[in-house]
Amino acid sequence: MTGTSKNQLADVPRGTRISGKWNKQTYQIMKKLGSGALGTVYLADSLKGRVALKIGIDSMSITSEVNVLKQLSMVQGTVLGPFFYEIDDWERNGKCYPFYVMEYIDGEPLFAFINRRGKEWIGILMLQLLRDLSALHREGWVFGDLKPDNLLVEGSPPKLRWLDVGGTTSIGRSVKEFTEFFDRGYWGLGNRVAEPSYDLFSVAMIVLNAGYPKRFDRPKKGTEDYLMNKIENNQLLKEYKPILSKALLGKYQHASEMRQELFVLLQGGEKSKVRKNKSLSANSRVASRRNRSPAKKKRSGWIETVLFVAFLLFFYTLYLVGHIF
Amino acid sequence: MKKGTLRQILLITDGCSNQGEDPVAMAALAREHGMTVNVIGVLDENERTDGLMEIENIALSGGGIHQLVYAKQLSHTVQMVTRKAMTQTIQGFIHKELQSILGQDKEIEDLPPDKRGQVVEVVDELGETMDLEVLIMIDTSASMQHKLPTVEDALLDLSISLHSRIGENEYALYAFPGKRKQVERLMDWTPILKDIHTIFPKLTTGGITPTGPALKEAIEAYQNKRSKRGLLDDGYIEESTS
Repeated sequence: MTGTSKNQLADVPRGTRISGKWNKQTYQIMKKLGSGALGTVYLADSLKGRVALKIGIDSMSITSEVNVLKQLSMVQGTVLGPFFYEIDDWERNGKCYPFYVMEYIDGEPLFAFINRRGKEWIGILMLQLLRDLSALHREGWVFGDLKPDNLLVEGSPPKLRWLDVGGTTSIGRSVKEFTEFFDRGYWGLGNRVAEPSYDLFSVAMIVLNAGYPKRFDRPKKGTEDYLMNKIENNQLLKEYKPILSKALLGKYQHASEMRQELFVLLQGGEKSKVRKNKSLSANSRVASRRNRSPAKKKRSGWIETVLFVAFLLFFYTLYLVGHIF
Repeated sequence: MKKGTLRQILLITDGCSNQGEDPVAMAALAREHGMTVNVIGVLDENERTDGLMEIENIALSGGGIHQLVYAKQLSHTVQMVTRKAMTQTIQGFIHKELQSILGQDKEIEDLPPDKRGQVVEVVDELGETMDLEVLIMIDTSASMQHKLPTVEDALLDLSISLHSRIGENEYALYAFPGKRKQVERLMDWTPILKDIHTIFPKLTTGGITPTGPALKEAIEAYQNKRSKRGLLDDGYIEESTS
Protein backbone atom coordinates (compact mmCIF):
# COMPACT_ATOMS: atom_id res chain seq x y z
CA MET A 1 0.00 0.00 0.00
CA THR A 2 2.83 2.44 0.64
CA GLY A 3 4.77 4.33 -1.95
CA THR A 4 7.94 2.53 -0.95
CA SER A 5 6.76 -1.00 -1.54
CA LYS A 6 9.38 -2.96 -3.40
CA ASN A 7 8.98 -6.32 -5.02
CA GLN A 8 7.08 -8.58 -2.69
CA LEU A 9 8.63 -12.01 -2.30
CA ALA A 10 6.21 -14.84 -2.97
CA ASP A 11 6.07 -17.69 -0.45
CA VAL A 12 9.16 -19.83 -0.55
CA PRO A 13 8.17 -23.45 -1.30
CA ARG A 14 8.94 -26.35 1.02
CA GLY A 15 12.31 -27.95 0.37
CA THR A 16 13.94 -24.79 -1.00
CA ARG A 17 17.55 -24.48 0.04
CA ILE A 18 18.54 -21.01 1.09
CA SER A 19 22.21 -20.21 1.34
CA GLY A 20 23.69 -17.02 2.67
CA LYS A 21 25.75 -14.78 0.47
CA TRP A 22 28.12 -13.70 3.24
CA ASN A 23 28.32 -16.51 5.80
CA LYS A 24 27.63 -19.40 3.37
CA GLN A 25 25.31 -21.27 5.75
CA THR A 26 22.53 -23.36 4.18
CA TYR A 27 18.95 -23.76 5.38
CA GLN A 28 16.20 -25.96 4.05
CA ILE A 29 12.67 -24.55 4.29
CA MET A 30 10.23 -26.87 6.08
CA LYS A 31 7.10 -24.78 6.38
CA LYS A 32 5.74 -21.27 6.71
CA LEU A 33 5.08 -20.16 10.27
CA GLY A 34 3.55 -16.77 9.66
CA SER A 35 3.97 -13.45 7.96
CA GLY A 36 3.85 -9.83 8.96
CA ALA A 37 4.33 -6.41 7.45
CA LEU A 38 8.09 -6.75 7.34
CA GLY A 39 8.56 -10.32 6.17
CA THR A 40 7.70 -14.00 6.41
CA VAL A 41 8.91 -16.45 9.04
CA TYR A 42 9.67 -20.06 8.07
CA LEU A 43 10.62 -23.16 9.97
CA ALA A 44 13.87 -24.44 8.49
CA ASP A 45 16.31 -27.27 8.95
CA SER A 46 20.02 -26.62 9.29
CA LEU A 47 23.23 -27.91 10.83
CA LYS A 48 22.08 -26.23 14.06
CA GLY A 49 18.85 -28.24 13.95
CA ARG A 50 15.44 -26.65 13.52
CA VAL A 51 15.52 -22.88 13.35
CA ALA A 52 13.15 -20.03 12.52
CA LEU A 53 14.16 -18.02 9.49
CA LYS A 54 12.69 -14.62 8.65
CA ILE A 55 12.98 -13.39 5.08
CA GLY A 56 12.25 -9.73 4.47
CA ILE A 57 12.24 -7.24 1.65
CA ASP A 58 13.71 -4.16 3.21
CA SER A 59 17.19 -4.66 4.63
CA MET A 60 16.85 -1.63 6.93
CA SER A 61 13.88 -3.02 8.83
CA ILE A 62 15.36 -6.53 8.96
CA THR A 63 18.59 -5.04 10.31
CA SER A 64 16.64 -3.02 12.85
CA GLU A 65 15.03 -6.21 14.21
CA VAL A 66 18.38 -7.93 14.34
CA ASN A 67 19.82 -5.05 16.35
CA VAL A 68 17.20 -5.73 19.02
CA LEU A 69 17.61 -9.52 18.94
CA LYS A 70 21.34 -9.14 19.40
CA GLN A 71 20.81 -6.84 22.36
CA LEU A 72 18.40 -9.31 23.96
CA SER A 73 20.82 -12.18 23.46
CA MET A 74 23.28 -10.21 25.53
CA VAL A 75 21.01 -9.98 28.58
CA GLN A 76 22.73 -12.10 31.16
CA GLY A 77 21.08 -14.93 33.01
CA THR A 78 17.62 -14.67 31.47
CA VAL A 79 16.41 -15.91 28.12
CA LEU A 80 14.32 -13.04 26.80
CA GLY A 81 13.62 -13.05 23.08
CA PRO A 82 14.36 -15.92 20.71
CA PHE A 83 18.09 -16.65 20.55
CA PHE A 84 19.71 -14.95 17.56
CA TYR A 85 22.00 -16.92 15.21
CA GLU A 86 22.90 -14.87 12.15
CA ILE A 87 21.88 -12.36 9.50
CA ASP A 88 22.63 -12.77 5.81
CA ASP A 89 21.39 -12.12 2.27
CA TRP A 90 19.79 -14.64 -0.05
CA GLU A 91 20.41 -14.08 -3.76
CA ARG A 92 17.69 -15.39 -5.97
CA ASN A 93 17.02 -14.55 -9.62
CA GLY A 94 19.38 -11.62 -9.45
CA LYS A 95 17.61 -10.11 -6.45
CA CYS A 96 18.85 -9.88 -2.92
CA TYR A 97 16.60 -10.74 0.01
CA PRO A 98 17.81 -10.07 3.56
CA PHE A 99 17.07 -12.77 6.11
CA TYR A 100 17.97 -13.67 9.65
CA VAL A 101 18.01 -16.89 11.60
CA MET A 102 16.88 -17.34 15.19
CA GLU A 103 15.84 -20.01 17.66
CA TYR A 104 12.59 -21.81 16.81
CA ILE A 105 10.19 -21.58 19.73
CA ASP A 106 7.81 -24.51 19.60
CA GLY A 107 5.07 -23.16 21.81
CA GLU A 108 1.37 -22.59 22.13
CA PRO A 109 -0.28 -19.15 21.88
CA LEU A 110 -0.89 -17.63 25.33
CA PHE A 111 -4.70 -17.70 25.32
CA ALA A 112 -4.92 -21.15 23.71
CA PHE A 113 -2.78 -22.44 26.56
CA ILE A 114 -4.90 -20.71 29.22
CA ASN A 115 -8.12 -22.03 27.71
CA ARG A 116 -6.75 -25.56 27.71
CA ARG A 117 -5.08 -25.57 31.12
CA GLY A 118 -7.21 -23.22 33.19
CA LYS A 119 -7.61 -19.60 34.21
CA GLU A 120 -5.31 -19.94 37.22
CA TRP A 121 -2.41 -19.93 34.77
CA ILE A 122 -2.95 -16.25 33.95
CA GLY A 123 -1.55 -15.08 37.27
CA ILE A 124 1.37 -17.47 37.12
CA LEU A 125 2.34 -16.59 33.56
CA MET A 126 2.02 -12.90 34.38
CA LEU A 127 4.46 -13.41 37.24
CA GLN A 128 6.89 -14.90 34.72
CA LEU A 129 6.29 -12.08 32.29
CA LEU A 130 6.88 -9.44 34.96
CA ARG A 131 10.11 -11.10 36.04
CA ASP A 132 11.41 -11.09 32.45
CA LEU A 133 10.25 -7.52 31.89
CA SER A 134 12.07 -6.51 35.02
CA ALA A 135 15.28 -7.95 33.54
CA LEU A 136 14.64 -6.25 30.21
CA HIS A 137 14.00 -2.86 31.86
CA ARG A 138 17.17 -3.21 33.91
CA GLU A 139 19.07 -3.48 30.62
CA GLY A 140 17.56 -0.19 29.48
CA TRP A 141 14.89 -1.55 27.12
CA VAL A 142 11.12 -1.51 26.92
CA PHE A 143 9.20 -4.22 25.03
CA GLY A 144 6.78 -1.77 23.37
CA ASP A 145 4.37 -3.92 21.37
CA LEU A 146 3.40 -6.28 24.17
CA LYS A 147 0.30 -8.34 23.29
CA PRO A 148 -0.92 -11.95 23.44
CA ASP A 149 0.08 -12.56 19.81
CA ASN A 150 3.70 -11.94 20.75
CA LEU A 151 3.69 -14.45 23.60
CA LEU A 152 4.04 -18.22 23.45
CA VAL A 153 3.96 -20.82 26.19
CA GLU A 154 6.68 -23.40 25.72
CA GLY A 155 7.54 -26.77 27.22
CA SER A 156 7.10 -28.38 30.57
CA PRO A 157 7.17 -26.79 33.06
CA PRO A 158 5.33 -24.18 30.99
CA LYS A 159 7.38 -21.09 30.35
CA LEU A 160 6.28 -17.86 28.72
CA ARG A 161 8.45 -16.88 25.75
CA TRP A 162 8.60 -13.71 23.67
CA LEU A 163 8.08 -14.18 19.99
CA ASP A 164 8.32 -10.87 18.17
CA VAL A 165 10.65 -8.36 19.74
CA GLY A 166 10.56 -5.91 16.83
CA GLY A 167 8.92 -3.19 18.93
CA THR A 168 11.62 -3.16 21.59
CA THR A 169 12.78 0.41 22.23
CA SER A 170 15.52 2.02 24.32
CA ILE A 171 14.18 3.63 27.47
CA GLY A 172 13.57 7.34 26.94
CA ARG A 173 12.85 7.08 23.22
CA SER A 174 9.39 6.86 21.72
CA VAL A 175 7.53 3.61 21.13
CA LYS A 176 7.03 3.21 17.38
CA GLU A 177 5.29 -0.12 17.14
CA PHE A 178 2.21 -0.75 19.20
CA THR A 179 -1.26 -2.25 19.04
CA GLU A 180 -4.10 0.07 20.01
CA PHE A 181 -5.82 -2.09 22.61
CA PHE A 182 -2.56 -2.49 24.54
CA ASP A 183 -1.32 1.08 24.06
CA ARG A 184 -1.84 3.59 26.87
CA GLY A 185 -1.75 6.44 24.33
CA TYR A 186 -4.84 5.04 22.61
CA TRP A 187 -6.72 4.95 25.92
CA GLY A 188 -5.64 8.50 26.76
CA LEU A 189 -3.85 7.24 29.87
CA GLY A 190 -0.32 8.33 29.03
CA ASN A 191 2.20 9.09 26.33
CA ARG A 192 4.33 6.76 24.21
CA VAL A 193 7.64 7.38 25.87
CA ALA A 194 9.42 4.06 26.36
CA GLU A 195 9.50 3.56 30.13
CA PRO A 196 8.73 0.54 32.31
CA SER A 197 5.21 1.76 33.11
CA TYR A 198 4.39 1.65 29.38
CA ASP A 199 4.92 -2.13 29.35
CA LEU A 200 3.09 -2.59 32.65
CA PHE A 201 0.01 -0.93 31.16
CA SER A 202 0.15 -3.49 28.34
CA VAL A 203 0.48 -6.34 30.85
CA ALA A 204 -2.75 -5.18 32.52
CA MET A 205 -4.47 -4.99 29.14
CA ILE A 206 -3.36 -8.54 28.32
CA VAL A 207 -5.17 -9.67 31.48
CA LEU A 208 -8.22 -7.62 30.43
CA ASN A 209 -8.05 -9.29 27.03
CA ALA A 210 -8.16 -12.67 28.79
CA GLY A 211 -11.41 -11.56 30.44
CA TYR A 212 -12.79 -10.11 27.20
CA PRO A 213 -11.46 -12.31 24.37
CA LYS A 214 -13.18 -10.15 21.73
CA ARG A 215 -11.62 -6.96 23.16
CA PHE A 216 -13.59 -3.69 23.00
CA ASP A 217 -13.25 -0.15 21.66
CA ARG A 218 -12.57 2.96 23.68
CA PRO A 219 -15.50 5.17 24.68
CA LYS A 220 -15.77 8.81 23.58
CA LYS A 221 -14.62 9.97 27.00
CA GLY A 222 -14.06 8.75 30.54
CA THR A 223 -11.82 5.85 29.57
CA GLU A 224 -10.54 5.44 33.10
CA ASP A 225 -13.99 4.76 34.59
CA TYR A 226 -14.87 2.67 31.58
CA LEU A 227 -11.90 0.35 32.07
CA MET A 228 -12.51 0.11 35.82
CA ASN A 229 -16.11 -0.93 35.11
CA LYS A 230 -14.91 -3.53 32.65
CA ILE A 231 -12.73 -5.01 35.40
CA GLU A 232 -15.46 -4.79 38.02
CA ASN A 233 -18.03 -6.53 35.83
CA ASN A 234 -15.89 -9.53 34.96
CA GLN A 235 -15.61 -12.50 37.29
CA LEU A 236 -12.08 -13.31 36.18
CA LEU A 237 -10.75 -9.76 36.32
CA LYS A 238 -12.36 -8.67 39.59
CA GLU A 239 -9.88 -10.45 41.80
CA TYR A 240 -6.97 -8.73 40.07
CA LYS A 241 -8.55 -5.29 40.31
CA PRO A 242 -6.14 -3.60 42.77
CA ILE A 243 -3.17 -4.54 40.61
CA LEU A 244 -4.78 -3.93 37.23
CA SER A 245 -6.02 -0.49 38.20
CA LYS A 246 -2.62 0.55 39.50
CA ALA A 247 -0.91 -0.65 36.33
CA LEU A 248 -3.46 1.07 34.10
CA LEU A 249 -2.98 4.35 35.92
CA GLY A 250 0.79 4.13 35.72
CA LYS A 251 1.32 3.81 39.46
CA TYR A 252 4.01 1.16 39.21
CA GLN A 253 7.47 2.48 38.41
CA HIS A 254 9.01 -0.98 38.16
CA ALA A 255 7.89 -4.40 37.02
CA SER A 256 9.20 -5.84 40.29
CA GLU A 257 6.70 -3.77 42.34
CA MET A 258 3.80 -5.06 40.29
CA ARG A 259 5.17 -8.59 40.46
CA GLN A 260 5.49 -8.40 44.24
CA GLU A 261 1.90 -7.25 44.68
CA LEU A 262 0.59 -9.84 42.23
CA PHE A 263 2.54 -12.48 44.12
CA VAL A 264 0.98 -11.44 47.45
CA LEU A 265 -2.48 -11.31 45.86
CA LEU A 266 -2.15 -14.78 44.35
CA GLN A 267 -1.03 -16.19 47.72
CA GLY A 268 -3.86 -14.42 49.51
CA GLY A 269 -6.29 -15.78 46.95
CA GLU A 270 -5.15 -19.32 47.54
CA LYS A 271 -5.35 -18.91 51.28
CA SER A 272 -8.90 -17.60 51.29
CA LYS A 273 -9.99 -20.46 49.04
CA VAL A 274 -8.44 -22.97 51.40
CA ARG A 275 -10.11 -21.37 54.39
CA LYS A 276 -13.46 -21.54 52.67
CA ASN A 277 -12.99 -25.29 52.36
CA LYS A 278 -12.59 -25.51 56.14
CA SER A 279 -10.67 -28.73 55.70
CA LEU A 280 -7.76 -29.60 57.94
CA SER A 281 -5.47 -30.35 55.05
CA ALA A 282 -1.76 -29.83 55.32
CA ASN A 283 -2.15 -26.78 53.18
CA SER A 284 -4.43 -24.96 55.56
CA ARG A 285 -2.21 -25.80 58.47
CA VAL A 286 0.69 -24.24 56.63
CA ALA A 287 -1.47 -21.27 55.91
CA SER A 288 -2.56 -20.85 59.49
CA ARG A 289 0.99 -21.24 60.65
CA ARG A 290 1.93 -18.57 58.19
CA ASN A 291 -0.82 -16.43 59.64
CA ARG A 292 0.34 -16.87 63.19
CA SER A 293 4.00 -16.11 62.80
CA PRO A 294 3.65 -12.44 61.83
CA ALA A 295 1.51 -11.86 64.91
CA LYS A 296 4.22 -13.32 67.14
CA LYS A 297 6.78 -11.18 65.41
CA LYS A 298 4.65 -8.13 65.99
CA ARG A 299 4.43 -8.81 69.69
CA SER A 300 8.17 -9.33 70.10
CA GLY A 301 8.73 -6.14 68.12
CA TRP A 302 6.57 -4.29 70.63
CA ILE A 303 8.58 -5.58 73.57
CA GLU A 304 11.79 -4.51 71.89
CA THR A 305 10.44 -1.01 71.46
CA VAL A 306 9.44 -0.71 75.12
CA LEU A 307 12.86 -1.90 76.26
CA PHE A 308 14.58 0.52 73.91
CA VAL A 309 12.55 3.49 75.12
CA ALA A 310 13.21 2.50 78.73
CA PHE A 311 16.95 2.47 78.01
CA LEU A 312 16.81 5.86 76.36
CA LEU A 313 14.90 7.33 79.30
CA PHE A 314 17.42 5.84 81.72
CA PHE A 315 20.42 7.36 79.94
CA TYR A 316 18.65 10.66 79.43
CA THR A 317 17.96 10.82 83.18
CA LEU A 318 21.62 10.09 83.87
CA TYR A 319 22.54 12.88 81.45
CA LEU A 320 20.21 15.33 83.15
CA VAL A 321 21.46 14.34 86.59
CA GLY A 322 25.00 14.85 85.31
CA HIS A 323 24.12 18.38 84.26
CA ILE A 324 22.60 19.40 87.52
CA PHE A 325 25.67 18.45 89.49
CA MET B 1 24.32 19.98 18.38
CA LYS B 2 21.60 21.03 15.99
CA LYS B 3 20.29 18.11 14.02
CA GLY B 4 18.10 19.88 11.52
CA THR B 5 14.42 19.82 10.79
CA LEU B 6 12.24 17.49 8.75
CA ARG B 7 9.40 19.16 6.87
CA GLN B 8 6.25 17.29 5.96
CA ILE B 9 2.92 18.08 4.42
CA LEU B 10 0.23 15.67 5.52
CA LEU B 11 -2.80 15.63 3.29
CA ILE B 12 -5.95 13.94 4.55
CA THR B 13 -8.61 13.59 1.89
CA ASP B 14 -11.23 11.20 0.53
CA GLY B 15 -11.24 11.76 -3.16
CA CYS B 16 -10.16 13.47 -6.28
CA SER B 17 -9.36 17.10 -6.72
CA ASN B 18 -11.60 19.01 -9.10
CA GLN B 19 -10.42 22.57 -9.01
CA GLY B 20 -7.24 24.55 -9.62
CA GLU B 21 -3.69 23.38 -10.20
CA ASP B 22 -2.73 19.75 -10.65
CA PRO B 23 -1.96 18.45 -7.14
CA VAL B 24 0.64 16.02 -8.51
CA ALA B 25 2.58 18.94 -9.95
CA MET B 26 2.25 20.88 -6.71
CA ALA B 27 3.57 17.87 -4.78
CA ALA B 28 6.59 17.74 -7.09
CA LEU B 29 7.16 21.41 -6.39
CA ALA B 30 6.97 20.82 -2.64
CA ARG B 31 9.59 18.13 -3.01
CA GLU B 32 11.88 20.54 -4.80
CA HIS B 33 11.55 22.76 -1.75
CA GLY B 34 12.77 19.93 0.48
CA MET B 35 9.40 18.90 1.87
CA THR B 36 7.80 15.51 1.67
CA VAL B 37 4.13 15.12 0.88
CA ASN B 38 2.27 12.26 2.54
CA VAL B 39 -1.32 11.46 1.66
CA ILE B 40 -3.93 9.54 3.60
CA GLY B 41 -7.09 8.57 1.82
CA VAL B 42 -10.03 8.04 4.18
CA LEU B 43 -12.54 5.55 2.85
CA ASP B 44 -16.10 4.84 3.89
CA GLU B 45 -16.93 1.26 4.80
CA ASN B 46 -17.49 -0.77 1.63
CA GLU B 47 -15.97 1.96 -0.52
CA ARG B 48 -13.95 0.72 -3.47
CA THR B 49 -10.36 1.79 -3.67
CA ASP B 50 -10.22 2.38 -7.39
CA GLY B 51 -10.45 5.91 -8.73
CA LEU B 52 -8.09 6.98 -5.98
CA MET B 53 -4.95 6.79 -8.08
CA GLU B 54 -4.45 10.48 -7.55
CA ILE B 55 -3.67 9.86 -3.89
CA GLU B 56 -0.85 7.53 -4.81
CA ASN B 57 0.48 9.86 -7.47
CA ILE B 58 0.57 12.87 -5.17
CA ALA B 59 2.61 10.93 -2.61
CA LEU B 60 4.95 9.48 -5.23
CA SER B 61 5.74 12.83 -6.74
CA GLY B 62 5.95 14.41 -3.28
CA GLY B 63 8.54 11.84 -2.17
CA GLY B 64 6.27 10.64 0.59
CA ILE B 65 4.03 7.79 1.61
CA HIS B 66 0.39 7.18 0.91
CA GLN B 67 -2.14 4.93 2.58
CA LEU B 68 -5.82 4.25 2.08
CA VAL B 69 -7.72 3.44 5.26
CA TYR B 70 -11.18 3.07 6.64
CA ALA B 71 -12.05 5.82 9.09
CA LYS B 72 -11.84 3.40 12.03
CA GLN B 73 -8.13 2.73 11.49
CA LEU B 74 -7.25 6.34 10.86
CA SER B 75 -5.57 7.06 14.20
CA HIS B 76 -3.06 4.30 13.91
CA THR B 77 -2.39 5.14 10.28
CA VAL B 78 -1.75 8.86 10.65
CA GLN B 79 0.97 8.42 13.22
CA MET B 80 2.44 5.43 11.36
CA VAL B 81 2.58 7.23 8.01
CA THR B 82 4.21 10.26 9.61
CA ARG B 83 6.84 8.14 11.36
CA LYS B 84 7.51 6.04 8.31
CA ALA B 85 7.89 9.10 6.12
CA MET B 86 10.38 10.54 8.59
CA THR B 87 12.42 7.36 8.49
CA GLN B 88 12.24 7.27 4.72
CA THR B 89 13.49 10.85 4.41
CA ILE B 90 16.33 10.21 6.82
CA GLN B 91 17.22 6.99 5.03
CA GLY B 92 17.36 8.82 1.73
CA PHE B 93 19.61 11.39 3.31
CA ILE B 94 21.94 8.77 4.78
CA HIS B 95 21.89 6.83 1.55
CA LYS B 96 23.42 9.85 -0.21
CA GLU B 97 26.06 10.18 2.47
CA LEU B 98 26.91 6.50 2.09
CA GLN B 99 27.21 6.86 -1.65
CA SER B 100 29.64 9.69 -1.24
CA ILE B 101 31.75 7.41 0.96
CA LEU B 102 31.34 4.08 -0.82
CA GLY B 103 30.92 5.18 -4.41
CA GLN B 104 28.08 6.18 -6.72
CA ASP B 105 26.26 2.94 -7.35
CA LYS B 106 26.69 1.47 -3.89
CA GLU B 107 23.66 0.59 -1.81
CA ILE B 108 23.35 -0.25 1.84
CA GLU B 109 22.96 -3.88 0.73
CA ASP B 110 26.60 -3.80 -0.38
CA LEU B 111 27.67 -3.47 3.22
CA PRO B 112 28.11 -6.73 5.12
CA PRO B 113 25.02 -7.34 7.30
CA ASP B 114 26.98 -6.75 10.49
CA LYS B 115 27.87 -3.22 9.42
CA ARG B 116 24.28 -2.35 8.46
CA GLY B 117 23.29 -2.40 12.10
CA GLN B 118 25.24 0.78 12.73
CA VAL B 119 23.56 2.57 9.83
CA VAL B 120 20.14 1.62 11.18
CA GLU B 121 21.19 2.91 14.59
CA VAL B 122 21.97 6.30 13.08
CA VAL B 123 18.62 6.40 11.27
CA ASP B 124 16.78 5.53 14.49
CA GLU B 125 18.71 8.09 16.45
CA LEU B 126 17.94 10.85 13.95
CA GLY B 127 14.27 9.90 13.75
CA GLU B 128 14.10 10.26 17.48
CA THR B 129 15.99 13.51 17.88
CA MET B 130 15.42 15.58 14.73
CA ASP B 131 12.93 18.40 14.86
CA LEU B 132 9.78 17.93 12.84
CA GLU B 133 7.38 20.34 11.21
CA VAL B 134 4.08 18.98 9.94
CA LEU B 135 1.66 21.04 7.95
CA ILE B 136 -1.65 19.23 8.08
CA MET B 137 -4.04 19.84 5.22
CA ILE B 138 -7.55 18.54 5.73
CA ASP B 139 -10.15 18.04 3.08
CA THR B 140 -13.37 19.44 4.58
CA SER B 141 -15.56 18.97 1.53
CA ALA B 142 -19.09 17.71 2.11
CA SER B 143 -18.26 14.00 1.89
CA MET B 144 -15.60 14.40 4.60
CA GLN B 145 -17.89 16.07 7.13
CA HIS B 146 -18.91 12.94 9.03
CA LYS B 147 -15.30 11.77 9.15
CA LEU B 148 -13.98 14.91 10.83
CA PRO B 149 -14.41 13.66 14.43
CA THR B 150 -12.23 10.68 13.49
CA VAL B 151 -9.69 12.97 11.86
CA GLU B 152 -9.57 14.94 15.08
CA ASP B 153 -8.91 11.79 17.12
CA ALA B 154 -6.20 10.79 14.69
CA LEU B 155 -4.46 14.14 14.96
CA LEU B 156 -4.50 14.02 18.75
CA ASP B 157 -3.07 10.52 18.53
CA LEU B 158 -0.36 11.80 16.20
CA SER B 159 0.60 14.45 18.71
CA ILE B 160 0.87 11.83 21.49
CA SER B 161 3.32 9.85 19.37
CA LEU B 162 5.36 12.82 18.22
CA HIS B 163 5.56 14.37 21.67
CA SER B 164 6.96 11.12 23.00
CA ARG B 165 10.01 11.74 20.82
CA ILE B 166 13.03 13.64 22.04
CA GLY B 167 13.03 16.13 19.12
CA GLU B 168 10.82 19.21 18.92
CA ASN B 169 7.58 19.33 16.91
CA GLU B 170 5.57 22.07 15.28
CA TYR B 171 2.20 21.82 13.60
CA ALA B 172 0.08 23.99 11.38
CA LEU B 173 -3.46 23.15 10.35
CA TYR B 174 -5.22 24.11 7.12
CA ALA B 175 -8.58 23.15 5.66
CA PHE B 176 -9.74 23.13 2.07
CA PRO B 177 -12.12 24.31 0.77
CA GLY B 178 -12.33 27.19 3.23
CA LYS B 179 -15.38 29.26 4.04
CA ARG B 180 -14.69 32.10 1.65
CA LYS B 181 -11.52 31.06 -0.11
CA GLN B 182 -10.11 27.84 -1.46
CA VAL B 183 -7.82 27.24 1.47
CA GLU B 184 -8.23 28.40 5.04
CA ARG B 185 -5.68 28.47 7.82
CA LEU B 186 -7.18 26.98 10.96
CA MET B 187 -4.10 27.07 13.13
CA ASP B 188 -0.75 28.79 12.69
CA TRP B 189 2.52 27.08 13.64
CA THR B 190 2.26 25.82 17.18
CA PRO B 191 4.18 23.28 19.23
CA ILE B 192 1.00 21.83 20.73
CA LEU B 193 -1.88 20.32 18.83
CA LYS B 194 -5.03 20.62 20.92
CA ASP B 195 -8.55 22.00 20.97
CA ILE B 196 -8.82 21.24 17.30
CA HIS B 197 -12.50 20.32 17.48
CA THR B 198 -13.35 23.95 18.18
CA ILE B 199 -11.76 25.14 14.96
CA PHE B 200 -13.02 22.71 12.37
CA PRO B 201 -15.33 24.72 10.16
CA LYS B 202 -18.96 23.87 10.53
CA LEU B 203 -20.02 24.85 7.04
CA THR B 204 -18.46 24.10 3.71
CA THR B 205 -18.98 25.13 0.16
CA GLY B 206 -20.06 21.72 -1.04
CA GLY B 207 -18.66 19.86 -3.99
CA ILE B 208 -15.31 21.45 -4.70
CA THR B 209 -12.01 19.86 -3.72
CA PRO B 210 -9.13 22.22 -4.55
CA THR B 211 -6.27 19.88 -3.60
CA GLY B 212 -3.73 21.53 -5.90
CA PRO B 213 -4.27 25.06 -4.57
CA ALA B 214 -4.15 23.63 -1.04
CA LEU B 215 -0.69 22.18 -1.65
CA LYS B 216 0.44 25.43 -3.22
CA GLU B 217 -0.67 27.28 -0.11
CA ALA B 218 1.21 24.76 2.07
CA ILE B 219 4.44 25.47 0.20
CA GLU B 220 3.91 29.20 0.67
CA ALA B 221 3.23 28.74 4.36
CA TYR B 222 6.57 26.94 4.72
CA GLN B 223 8.38 29.63 2.78
CA ASN B 224 6.88 32.38 4.94
CA LYS B 225 7.95 30.51 8.01
CA ARG B 226 11.49 30.21 6.73
CA SER B 227 11.79 33.79 5.64
CA LYS B 228 10.58 34.86 9.07
CA ARG B 229 13.30 32.83 10.64
CA GLY B 230 15.80 33.99 8.05
CA LEU B 231 19.35 32.85 8.37
CA LEU B 232 18.92 31.47 11.86
CA ASP B 233 17.48 28.34 10.35
CA ASP B 234 20.57 26.34 9.46
CA GLY B 235 19.39 22.79 9.82
CA TYR B 236 17.58 22.05 6.64
CA ILE B 237 17.50 18.87 4.68
CA GLU B 238 17.80 19.89 1.06
CA GLU B 239 16.68 16.71 -0.57
CA SER B 240 14.14 14.13 0.27
CA THR B 241 14.50 10.47 -0.49
CA SER B 242 15.02 9.12 -3.95
